[in-house]
Order: sequence, then C-alpha cells, then structure tokens
Amino acid sequence: MLRLEKRRQPSRVWAWATPLVAVLATVIFGGLLFAALGKDPVTAIRTIFYDPLLGEHAFYYRPQLLVKAAPLVLIAIGLSLGFRAGIWNIGAEGQYIIGALTGAGCALAFYPLEAVWLFPLMILCGALGGFIWAMIPALLKVKFGTNEILVSLMLVYVAEQLLASMSLGLLKNPQGFGFPGSRNLQQYESAHNAEIIAGTGMHWGVATAFIMVILAYVLLNRHMLGFHIRLTGEAPRAAKFAGVVPARLIIFCLGASGALAGLAGMFEVSGPAGQVSIDFNVGYGFTAIIVAFLGRLHPVGILLAGLLMALTYIGGEIAQSGLGLPAAAIQVFQGMLLFFLLAVDVMTNYRIRIGGGPKA
Amino acid sequence: MTGTDILLSIRGLTKAYPGVVANSDVSFDIGRGEVHALLGENGAGKSTLVKMIYGLVKPDSGEMTLNGLPYAPAEPQAARAAGVAMVFQHFSLFDALNVAENIALGMADPPKMRDLATRIRDVSEQYGLPLDPYRTVGDLSAGERQRVEIVRCLLQDPKLLIMDEPTSVLTPQEVEILFATLRKLSAEGTAILYISHKLEEIRALCDEATILRLGKKVATCTPRDTTAREMAELMVGSELHVPERAGKAPGAVRLALNGLSVRSPSEFGTSLKDITLEVRSGEVLGLAGVAGNGQDELLAALSGEITGARGMVVLDGTEIGNTGPNVRRRMGLLTAPEERLGHAAAPDMSLTENALLTGAEREGLVSNGFLKWGKARDFAKAIIERFDVRTPGTENAARSLSGGNLQKFVIGREVLQRPEVLVVNQPTWGVDAAAAAVIRQAILDLAEGGTAVIVISQDLDELMEVSDRFAALNEGRLSEVVPAKGLTVEQIGLMMGGSHGMEVAHV
Repeated sequence: MLRLEKRRQPSRVWAWATPLVAVLATVIFGGLLFAALGKDPVTAIRTIFYDPLLGEHAFYYRPQLLVKAAPLVLIAIGLSLGFRAGIWNIGAEGQYIIGALTGAGCALAFYPLEAVWLFPLMILCGALGGFIWAMIPALLKVKFGTNEILVSLMLVYVAEQLLASMSLGLLKNPQGFGFPGSRNLQQYESAHNAEIIAGTGMHWGVATAFIMVILAYVLLNRHMLGFHIRLTGEAPRAAKFAGVVPARLIIFCLGASGALAGLAGMFEVSGPAGQVSIDFNVGYGFTAIIVAFLGRLHPVGILLAGLLMALTYIGGEIAQSGLGLPAAAIQVFQGMLLFFLLAVDVMTNYRIRIGGGPKA
Repeated sequence: MTGTDILLSIRGLTKAYPGVVANSDVSFDIGRGEVHALLGENGAGKSTLVKMIYGLVKPDSGEMTLNGLPYAPAEPQAARAAGVAMVFQHFSLFDALNVAENIALGMADPPKMRDLATRIRDVSEQYGLPLDPYRTVGDLSAGERQRVEIVRCLLQDPKLLIMDEPTSVLTPQEVEILFATLRKLSAEGTAILYISHKLEEIRALCDEATILRLGKKVATCTPRDTTAREMAELMVGSELHVPERAGKAPGAVRLALNGLSVRSPSEFGTSLKDITLEVRSGEVLGLAGVAGNGQDELLAALSGEITGARGMVVLDGTEIGNTGPNVRRRMGLLTAPEERLGHAAAPDMSLTENALLTGAEREGLVSNGFLKWGKARDFAKAIIERFDVRTPGTENAARSLSGGNLQKFVIGREVLQRPEVLVVNQPTWGVDAAAAAVIRQAILDLAEGGTAVIVISQDLDELMEVSDRFAALNEGRLSEVVPAKGLTVEQIGLMMGGSHGMEVAHV
C-alpha cells in the first residue's frame, strides 16, 4: 500500500526536480497520446520541442518564442504576487484586453502626430487601464467581501464585449473600407512597439518582462512588502499579527497584476498584433495562470515556464500544420503539463512510503 | 500485585523514529481498577507509548498482554474492541453537530438517534457528568466538550481508559467533578492510564506512577508517598530551578484598559465586555480563566489585531486603542499569542523569517522597506542562543521545531526586544518543566527591569508563581483585580466563574 507522509521540511531537491519530472512525464504520456492518434510519437515530440529551436526553419520560429513568451511572463509575474498571498486574480485576460484598448486608444487619439513621448504615454495608459479593470474586483472584495475569482473572471467577458464594440465602433479604422478593427499601429511610427534588435523578436514588451522578473525577485526576497505577501499566503493569522492590513494587500496584488496584464496587452496591440480587432485576445491571460504555477510562483521559474509554454505553442502549431495533429491534442498535451506539475508537486511536502498499516 | 489482578502488562516496548528513539525497552503493569499515572516531560515518549497501546503506532519490538492474552492492536478499532478507550487532549468534535450526532459519528454501527440519546443521558448521569444529547457542540464549554469525549468512551464499556492531560482545560471545580467520575470508574474496576504534567493532581488521584525520561522508564512510585518535588526531579533528571520573585514596589502605570469592549471576529469566539485594568512598571498581572472565555480576544485587542475606540487602550499616557500592531510594537507593547503555529509563527517559514515577523520594527531589521537578512539572522541566532532553542539552525522551518522549543523561540523573540509592556497568553503551554522555568524566569527578569507584564494562563500554579496581582476572565468579563498573595484555590475558582454554567455533579 502506498502512503503519503508529511515531511518535516519541504524538500529542496524536489522543489527543483518537480518541473523537470513533470515535463518528462508529459513527454512520455503525450507521446503515448500521439501514438494512439496514429502519429509517430518521437517525430511529434521532436516537432514540438526541437524544431522551433534548432530545426531547419528555426530562424523563423526563434524570435516567435520571445514574442509569445513575453506577454505570458509579464502577466504571470503579476498573477504570482497575488497567488502567493492567496488572492486569486483569474481575470488577467480582461485586464489584458482593457490595457490594449487604453494603450491603442491613447495612440489613436493623437494620430497622426509623431512625437517621442507618445509611446511612453501609451505604456502608462495601458498599465492604468489594466489597473483600473482590476480595481473593480479589488474594491468590491475590500468593501463588500465579494469573491475576486468570480468577479475578475466575469469581467473578462465584459471586456471581450467592449473589445468587439470598440473594434466595430469608436476605434474602427475610418480608412478601413468598413472592415472591423482599428488602424494598424505598426504603420504609425511613434506608436509602434518595434523590435529593439531587428530579427530577434525582442520588442519593448520583452524587455519589460525581463525587468519585471528582476523587480519581482527583489520585491519577494528583499522587501518588506514581498515578505508580507508571502506571510499572508503561508499563515494569514500570523500576517495580521505582524501588522499586515489585508485590504491594502488585496489592492496592491490585484492592482499590480492588473497593471502588468494591461502592459502586456498594450505591448501586444502596438507590436505583434498591430491593431485592435474582435479576435485580438488569444487566451494569454488564462495560459499565464498555468505559467505562474508551472514556474512555482517564483520569478525565475516563471521566466523559464513562459519560454517553455511558448515553445509548446509554437511547436504545437508546427505539429498541427506539419503532422496534421488536431488542435485538441495539443491542448491536451499542454493540460497534461499542468496536471503532472501539480501531481508531482506533492513530493515537495510529502514522501511516499510503501508498506501497510498507519504508523503515525 | 498478583498475576490475575493485572489488566495490561507491557514488556520491553521499543519504538524508534528516524534520528530519535521514542521508547526504549519500557515495561510496566496496570492492575484492574488502578489509576496509573504516566509522567514525563515533553518528548519523554508518553504520546508514543499510549499510541502503541491504542493501536495508532506499531512497536518495533516488545509485547503487551491484556487479561493475560497477547495484545497487539493493529488499529484503534482493534484496541476499542479489546476494551481500550482513549480521551485525547485535543477534541475531535464537530462544532455544528449536536452531542448525540457527534457520538454517533464515532460508532461503527450507531443505534437510532433516540435510543442513543437515552443512553448518553443515562451514562452521563450515572457517572456525574450531566450532558444534554441535543445541545450543539459549538455552544459547549471546553469542560463540557471533554464530557462528550468521556461519555463517548464510556458507552463502549472500556476496561482501560486512557486520558491525555484531561485537566488542562478545566476549572478547579470541574477538576473535582472529573476526579469523582474517575474514582467511581476505578471503583467499578475500570483501569485508568492518566497522563499529566500536574504533579499535585497525580498525587491526589493516582495509585501508581510510571515516570519516563528520554524514552526510558526511570522510576515507578506511589504518588501519595512521594513529594511533587521528588517526582519533578525524577522527570527532569536534575534539580529544578524555581523562579524567584524579587518583591519590588510597583512603579508608574504603563498600560491601562478603560472599558475595553470589542466583538470577537470569530463566530464561536467570546466578545470582550467592559474590561478595565491597569498594569504598573515592574508588576506581573496574572489573568486566569478557562479556555475560550475571551483570552484570545484580549490578546488580539492588545496586539492591535482587533481595534476599538482610541481611549480603550492607553500605553504610557498615549491612547492607542485604534492603532494596528506595528504602531503598538514601535511604542513597546509586545505580545505573544497562545497558538504558536499559524499565529505567533508561520509554520513553513524559517526561524529567520519568523524573527522578522515581529522583530522588524524594534530591531531595525528593515530600512526603507528593504529587509536586512543578515541582521534578521543574527537576531534569530540571538534568540536561539539566549533561550536554548534546540534546532540545527536559523534556516529551519518553524514547523520542524518541537512545541516547547518553538514556544521558547516565540517568547524569546518578544523578550529580547526589551518590551515596555509584555502580554503573553499561555506562555508555558505544552512546554517541559525545565523550559517552563526558563520562560517564567525570563518574564520575571523583565518585570524586575521595569517592564509591565500580563500573563494570561490556564495553569493556576504558574499564575500563583509569577503574579503580583490576579484576576480572572469569565465570558469576556474581568473579575475584580486582587493581590495574588494569600488567594485560596476556592476563591480563584469562584473568580473564574465557579461552575461556569455547568451543574454541580450529583454523584
């Protein structure tokens, strides 16, 4: 009989080994899944993990890696702060949309003015948009004790409606021959989130994501506020005893995650996406939740997890087009990753004992 | 004791865990109807021993016989079937269910609710523990909850009843009721294995005592013929250091509570009602009370976790009733709550991080919001050294420490911050005698140095030892504050609320 026994100390070895074991298990069981679908598992796994990095067409896919990872990392870093404290912002997707709308709205309001201050202003507007959208669940929770999970999630659908309305109305390109969608910001120089180094995929959002990884690391490990965030997550009563005001922490965590999600949306709309359109959002806000946990809510872990997730996205697309794997199979594959991560995570705090009978 | 009188015989029981031998070659006998005490400090191996008797832990070697037959319970179910029952120190009751429902939950094959209720009433009255089967457990006092657990055991008609520190939650009057019940059971032939730290109780109740130290049996004695001091020294293995009172004239008023009334944040908590008191420099005020009479709330109202009107709490002339914990800490009002894990300390965080938890303000462990880990580590190290906390180092999780060691850390953390006013709740709860003496001496030394101290405790011996003045909490109200010297146990019992809503037993 297998039993779980709580460790006296969380295992450091397992804390590091967990993501690796989870990835390995995903590869094995994903391979079985692909085999069951009649595809060669080795080729499928190689297509997903190897081709985007070192394959024949890798020069095209490698920049994509950063482009896809940046919004994931940016959003996940923000979410991880709240998750550490037990504050669950599930609505990053909505904050991401609003950030894109306010950021692009700011640029379009000044069109066709060319000025160096325009892009910084757009960054501010994007962050502010996401922040304000996140303040709705935050204030409702603080004032009325509503559940932030539900409120933030519902607001995603409100944001999606707003996005559709903006694409068809207020922000619609007047020279767009009636098609939905705004002007393309890639063609508006002052507002374009261009690559910092051409051909690398390294745009301002990628740079911001790296900076945020460092800031979050410093906050969590060197600052009182970060200590209070971790304390609140570990032992809420002890946190109150230490003088943490829960309401302020809720505002901070939701506000920070909203602002970062808004930034991600703004960098996306002014760069890779280029324009506000009905199908602008592709689920970064939800995938970032997986990334946050895959990275063990640790800034560096999130950076690696974001890159890994971006890899499975890109590799998954190649596998879809190249090998004819169904999109659902790729999603199952990504789901497996989270499942195995959470399952193996038990090993950090428990050890498995084989043998009968309880021994206390 | 002749062979046929022996109910349970234990021979050479040994149990080792990785890194520690919990029990080594323990042997003793319990006779029919005997009240047998099991004595020992924390970590002496009492819990492991009774867990083996109750089938929760399997011994590595050694054997037991019950009624002359080999006895090796694989699980508590088997132990109960053989006639061994146990009342745990921490109750396993559901607050939202009534008494009968709670008892039915523990039964393999519960009878109809009405029949069960009748049996509960019969058994409880027979043994002088009146209990209404239809009352919700959440509304019961700690003493009444214990009755539920005892009655649950008695319904199985046990031959051996194990009781783990049963009096820690009772008033002196309730203790008397319990003892009468236990004596009656013993007279009817039920043997009782009684675990306690409280030596006077053991002398009053038990026929025989087995003393454990570091997992080994060190002595067997007849408690009636042995002094409490002798037993304590057998337990500790060295001479006890009894804290000394300096006896100094109290100074200026440091902390004053003026009609402090606040609601309890928890549904089953006790709201504080109109508490007025003052504590002076160099004075120790002892507050007694049965658990759940507002002790936790009073501590929270002083630490700043619960706030009220400004003037309700006055520290050195400044009104601070509406301020949070950090302002109060900065001004020198330090507190140590009862619940070590999860309230006074974060279980999964290191001792360094836990030192930071309350030490940040006064020890200067932060500058501009940035943490000084080096200084925090030094502070944690200082606590560990000064209070002899047994741990491999400052980076170990709080949860990995034993209860007594963590308590020394939690109290030490506040004492080393040189408080102006210190409030502690249950400072020596579950701590062994030697560590308790260290903690009490540290509290008295602080008072000597001019700190005003409030000690909230359910251990009356402790309060009598350290207090200059004394009062009791009952249902969120404070009794009159009186000098501690010359108080009798009866007076104290009345201050604590007498029968505390429980009928006096008719045995």
